[in-house]
Amino acid sequence: MDLSAISPTLLIASLMVAATPILLAALGEMVVEKSGVLNLGVEGMMITGAICGFAIAVETGSPVVGFIAAAVGGAVLSLIFGILTQYLLSNQVATGLALTLFGLGLSSLMGQSYVGIRPPAIDKLNLGPLADIPFFGPVLFNHDLMVYLTLALCVGIWTVLKFTRAGLILRAVGENHDAAHALGYKVVKVRLMAIMFGGACAGLGGAYLSLIRVPQWTEGMTAGAGWIALAIVVFASWRPLRVLLGAYLFGGVTVLQLNLQAAGLAIPVEYLSMSPYLITIAVLVIMSAPRKGGKARASLAAPACLGRAFHASN
Amino acid sequence: MITLEKRPEPSKLWTAITPLLAVVATMIAGGIMFAILGKDPLVAIRTIFWDPLFHEQFASFSRPQLLVKAAPLILIATGLAMGFRAGVWNIGAEGQYIMGAICGAAVGLAFYPTESFIIFPLMIIAGALGGFLWAMIPGILKVKFHTNEILVSLLLVYVAEFILASMALGTLRNPDGNGFPGSRNLKEYPSAFNADLIPNTGLHWGVVAAIVAVIFAYVLFSKHMMGFHIRLAGQAPKAARFGGVEPARLILFCLGTSGALAGLAGMFEVSGPAGQISIDFNVGYGFTAIIVAFLGRLNPIGILLAGLLMALTYIGGELASFMLGVPTAAIQAFQGMLLFFLLAVDVLTSYRIKFAKREAA
Repeated sequence: MDLSAISPTLLIASLMVAATPILLAALGEMVVEKSGVLNLGVEGMMITGAICGFAIAVETGSPVVGFIAAAVGGAVLSLIFGILTQYLLSNQVATGLALTLFGLGLSSLMGQSYVGIRPPAIDKLNLGPLADIPFFGPVLFNHDLMVYLTLALCVGIWTVLKFTRAGLILRAVGENHDAAHALGYKVVKVRLMAIMFGGACAGLGGAYLSLIRVPQWTEGMTAGAGWIALAIVVFASWRPLRVLLGAYLFGGVTVLQLNLQAAGLAIPVEYLSMSPYLITIAVLVIMSAPRKGGKARASLAAPACLGRAFHASN
Repeated sequence: MITLEKRPEPSKLWTAITPLLAVVATMIAGGIMFAILGKDPLVAIRTIFWDPLFHEQFASFSRPQLLVKAAPLILIATGLAMGFRAGVWNIGAEGQYIMGAICGAAVGLAFYPTESFIIFPLMIIAGALGGFLWAMIPGILKVKFHTNEILVSLLLVYVAEFILASMALGTLRNPDGNGFPGSRNLKEYPSAFNADLIPNTGLHWGVVAAIVAVIFAYVLFSKHMMGFHIRLAGQAPKAARFGGVEPARLILFCLGTSGALAGLAGMFEVSGPAGQISIDFNVGYGFTAIIVAFLGRLNPIGILLAGLLMALTYIGGELASFMLGVPTAAIQAFQGMLLFFLLAVDVLTSYRIKFAKREAA
């Protein structure tokens, strides 16, 4: 084993790339959950976005169009969830699972003729002299545009939730939908918009996997990234900047175990590969455990109406 | 303007009709999907739902397959339904299924090549125990630390898949297999082989276990206090707590039972139809069983019928991919669609649709 082969600079740089798809999906899901809706279909929307983005990017030769298609694909799929849970008042947990199962099937159906193809390449953003700064250059200023857009999205969501009226309405709907309804806010409409935003973000995250991170299309390629995104939202106590932290933490674990595999650590590959999932579980446990004489961090921060159906007659 | 009016209590009639309605709607939507794929929708639907049972050439092969595929689905779904009724969401049955198979096969392989009647029962116990213990992880974490069982049980599926790969490539690999991945084939080891009880009917011990599980679940729900507690906790959690239902015990019971049943399903599969531990041993029964549980209205008898129907779509899907070139992934999408339609028409059981003029809110 040769640990010296692992370069910390490259490690941190690839961490940001590894974290981006999960960060996108987790940010979207956080907004959905802030509106009081639990959408467990992140995995399905991600993988649908992955194939939509991949197929369109290959057909048009333009990754940008591909990403737009991925966002649209994810949003359209999430709309099924939205209509079912908001208008037909179906159980959110079951509907989210259905979305994941359907998305996995649909994506492999759509992706049949795209296996083994390489997508159009995406250039890294040219930031000129910034990229030449030792250490910080390769770590921070040598990525593709999506990495920076995702970071901007994170800050944007934080700003909107904290400082704007729209953010306040979204949170009100999530905390107490009856009160929000009484105040005249359109609970269902707000939630539908949040759900579609979440779908679009998950779709983008999926497309980032298939177009940049891997870059290839294989069936079931998201491999639980959507579920980890859901866990990160809990870990982050529904706060955007902590979502960022959680996603980077997870990205770090993923990249580190890949590097350890490459360095030939004496632990079998399968056990290293499962470590990100185990660490996600461990983090969930820590966040959910009740503190002395009080409630858990996570349960205090969760939107009060999370997962509850809203019907104006109730 | 269409509005929904809540019924005082869920309609019994609609509870029975909605699954059928969902199946019909899925057939129509599925037909459209097949038409988009360039296949004749009527032929495709007939190939999936009719030919496996009645086609003169294929029926003799596919009828036994119906039992082989339905048994694990029913076994797993019966367990899941208990939890779903109580609001305990075990969605990691796929992982428990894998762990049951690994534990069951490992016990069998440990005795190789001794022949004894005791080996198979021991494997059954090990399989159930493997699934049980794997499901206890989210159970205990939920009870002790209030960790969300949905996420933990699901994440453990991926962990189980890696353990499966490690077993197939390492620990349980066939020493006489010339280095190929995968364990010894249990079909060639009579004491551990889960053979058809009546040859060529597909009726193996897993089918018997599935029927027993359905009967037990039926009795539990209709006659036993635990079944009442499960229903109560699902419908009125607060009332349940005042009524003396211990949530922790209930969570552990639901997760443990569903895990053990999923483990059993995995064990019967690995020792019978699959024959060996291999990297791609699991084919998603644990997830399809979620659809089966809902399609069966979380009712044991309903699950029995839903399991058979879902098994039919698996076999019909294989037939359609062989005969018509319909991709097998289409069947997965088809099954997902079924769950969507089911959840969509479900609104009719607890709400009445009213056509009324819009009133000022």
